[in-house]
Amino acid sequence: MSEAAVLQNDPGSTGRFGQFGGCYIPETLVPACQELESAFRAAWSDPAFRDELDGLLSSYAGRPSPLTHCQRLSEDIGAEIYLKREDLNHTGSHKINNVLGQALLARRMGKTRLVAETGAGQHGVATATAAALFGLECEVYMGEVDMERQALNVFRMRLLGAVVRPATTGSRTLKDAVNEALRDWVATVETTHYCLGSVMGPHPYPWMVREFHRVIGSEARQQCLDLFGALPDLVVACVGGGSNAAGIFSGFATDPQVDLVGVEPEGAATVVRRVPGVLHGSMSYLLQDEHGQVLEAESISAGLDYPGVGPEHAHLASIGRAKYFSVNDQEVADAFALLSRTEGIVPALEPAHALAWVSKQRHDLAGRKVLINLSGRGDKDADQMMKYFAQ
Amino acid sequence: MTAGVLEATLQAKIADSKKCLLPYITAGCDGWLEAVYAAAEAGADAVEVGLPFSDPVMDGPIIQQASDLALSQGTTPESIIAAIGNSHFEIPLVAMTYYNIAFHMGHERFASSLKAAGFSAAILADLPVGEAELWINAAGEVKLETVFLAAPTSSPKRCQLIAEKSQGFIYAVGLLGVTGEREKLAASTAVIAQRLKNITDKPVLVGVGISTPANAVKAAAVSDGVVVGSALVRILLETKSPEAVGEAVKRFRVALDNV
Ligand SMILES: Cc1ncc(COP(=O)(O)O)c(C=O)c1O
Repeated sequence: MSEAAVLQNDPGSTGRFGQFGGCYIPETLVPACQELESAFRAAWSDPAFRDELDGLLSSYAGRPSPLTHCQRLSEDIGAEIYLKREDLNHTGSHKINNVLGQALLARRMGKTRLVAETGAGQHGVATATAAALFGLECEVYMGEVDMERQALNVFRMRLLGAVVRPATTGSRTLKDAVNEALRDWVATVETTHYCLGSVMGPHPYPWMVREFHRVIGSEARQQCLDLFGALPDLVVACVGGGSNAAGIFSGFATDPQVDLVGVEPEGAATVVRRVPGVLHGSMSYLLQDEHGQVLEAESISAGLDYPGVGPEHAHLASIGRAKYFSVNDQEVADAFALLSRTEGIVPALEPAHALAWVSKQRHDLAGRKVLINLSGRGDKDADQMMKYFAQ
Repeated sequence: MTAGVLEATLQAKIADSKKCLLPYITAGCDGWLEAVYAAAEAGADAVEVGLPFSDPVMDGPIIQQASDLALSQGTTPESIIAAIGNSHFEIPLVAMTYYNIAFHMGHERFASSLKAAGFSAAILADLPVGEAELWINAAGEVKLETVFLAAPTSSPKRCQLIAEKSQGFIYAVGLLGVTGEREKLAASTAVIAQRLKNITDKPVLVGVGISTPANAVKAAAVSDGVVVGSALVRILLETKSPEAVGEAVKRFRVALDNV
């Protein structure tokens, strides 16, 4: 198989990216995942579905999102920095791309209710938004810790008509919210679609969610060619579950001259540590102790506070096509302030990880063209960072 | 293939026109090993021993609580396997856990250490038949039976596949939902049990949501017996009394024997 053939392709009916992926879930949900796979295959090759989704992405979500050349930040860092502005999408992050796709699909499958997990609340807000738009019931699970640090998004979800339920077990963050969403789905699978928020979970989610985010990479590639007549040297994105990274990587995966970099928090450096495991439906890398018990991740950013990662990232790391690094909370806070001051753009804490890595690596990046996926805006983090900077 | 110890034990019971009773206990809770003895003493046909996992997505609040408690007290798969290895039971034991525990230890090592400790079978709640080939081979090498779950959502065709692969018995998930106590028996119980009984001669046991002797009797009427978990684990958590668990198992036993 050529390298191009194994990159960002259709993982087939077994949902494998190399040795990673698969469908490791209780039997109750297996038929639902199979139904979802065939519904997605049919929809994705149906021009009417594609047209409807494209229409929503432009008239409702505001796509295409712009590509911004950062003049002052480039001078500060000494590299040419371009931002893919997913922060300018409706609801404030890339998450809406996937959610509009899944909500359309849910409607097509005759489901009347959406259930979702959320960390930072951006996926929850996007899901609640799509549910409001399509008149679907919506229930979002969110770790108790995250409900506190992302209180603004809890309010937004409730305003949009969603029921927000706290996940009160374990680390009370994203991992536990996924557990609760899966438990909900086990009981409600006949009427409910699980609107999973990243490129993780059982097949077909890692593949389907990447396809719904492919628009980020396709647009960005063309925008680079239009703006500076070449491809970037480097594409950098933060990685929690890995959806915004998968989306932007998809535009460049088969261009070997473009380096792909994923950035994780130090306290959730799943791909950096490379221990294989199985959680929430797929085989991937997983933070775990010596007995196979899942460890609690720790990060300033609720959206990246997850001990697993999408299986395709494990694959891209294992074949060396993408490289993964980590940054610490202080570096992230500095980057959060840096972009605000140099460009008048307040980033979400999640993409601030990508910025932090670029800032930290500036000596190796001199003169290079760096494309960063600015996956979301920072309003949701203002309260938390106000307290952080006050310390 | 000749039937393993678990299946032979359950088939003998069924041949005697009796219903099978499989209590489930989460290992690592205070008094768990004594509770397994008490359950055996009270007439269990086999006992399921839960190896706690940090993220039990198929379990409701009671077993989650028991798992968290067990893990916080330092319980590990090795410590449970060692405790069972140092004990002696007259009835088959079934290890129940989630796949990452087996995957992390390594299929061969996990299967052989379970077998060496005296387990007859294993259930991996998040390992469906489609992903199980490597595990089945490793377990088969050491003659450890692997029980698979069938759910109300499983089509007749999937049930056929599950029935072919499952060893020991077929675990019919009686309702749409996670483990936990339910007042009423779900209507789906009879449907899934009948679907399986129509296509297999292997024992079909109903589990999930069987929390009273009366419901156990109803579920057993359409199957070969029941698995009772949360109702017993709750008693163990509340009373820390293995005897109380034994008494509860006895009530299920008596009810099942008197139909
Ligand atoms: C703005 C933003 N970026 C990134 C993420 C992380 O998700 P993923 O790794 O799937 O892109 C989140 C999750 O909440 C987010 O809100």
